[in-house]
Amino acid sequence: MFGAALVAILVTMALALVRAAKGPTVFDRILALNMFGTKTVLLIAVIGFVTGRPDFLDLGLVYALLNFIGVIAVLRFMKVGHFAATEDEERPQ
Amino acid sequence: MSVALVLDAVSWICLLAGSCFAVVGGIGLLRLPDFYTRIHAGGITDTLGAGLILVGLMLQSDGWLLVFKLVMILSLLLITSPTSAHALSKAARAHGVEPQLADEGDSPSPS
Repeated sequence: MFGAALVAILVTMALALVRAAKGPTVFDRILALNMFGTKTVLLIAVIGFVTGRPDFLDLGLVYALLNFIGVIAVLRFMKVGHFAATEDEERPQ
Repeated sequence: MSVALVLDAVSWICLLAGSCFAVVGGIGLLRLPDFYTRIHAGGITDTLGAGLILVGLMLQSDGWLLVFKLVMILSLLLITSPTSAHALSKAARAHGVEPQLADEGDSPSPS
C-alpha cells in the first residue's frame, strides 16, 4: 500500500514536470516547481517508511524549508531583478 | 477486531485517498485553462493530498518522535504552501497576468 502512494506521488511529480516544461508564463513554472518540491517531501517521508529508516523525515523537514525559501527567493528575484538589498532596506530610518 | 487492525485500515484509507487527491491535483495542474485555476489545483495537492498521506503515515509510525516529526512537516506545509500561493498570485497579478473569464468571447469583459 506504500507502493500505491509512491506511484501516485511519482505520477504527480511527472505531471508537475510536464507543466513546468510547457508552462506559458514563468509563474506556471514556479507553481509547478513548488508542487514538485512538496511532493518531494512526501516522497522522502514515504520512502523512509518503506525502507524502515524513519530518519528520512529529518531530510523531509529540511527540504520543506528549502522549497519555501527557494520559491520566495525566485519571486523576489523576478520582482526586483537582483538579490541585493535595496536602498531603504539597507538604511532603515 | 483488534485496535491495530482498525488503525491499519484507517491509515491505508488515508494513504489511498491522499494519493487520489495528489494525482487529481496533478491532472488539474496540467489541464486547467488558466494560471489562477492552476493555483487551485496545486493547493489541492498541498493541503488534502499531503495532509492525508502524512496522517496515514502517522497512523503507521511506532513512536511519538515520528508522529511529532510528521506533525512538524504537516504544519510547515500548511503554513508555507498558502503563503507561497498568495505570493505567486500577487506577483502574477502585478506582472499583468489576467484571469480568464467565463464569458470571454461572448461579451466584453468588465474592466
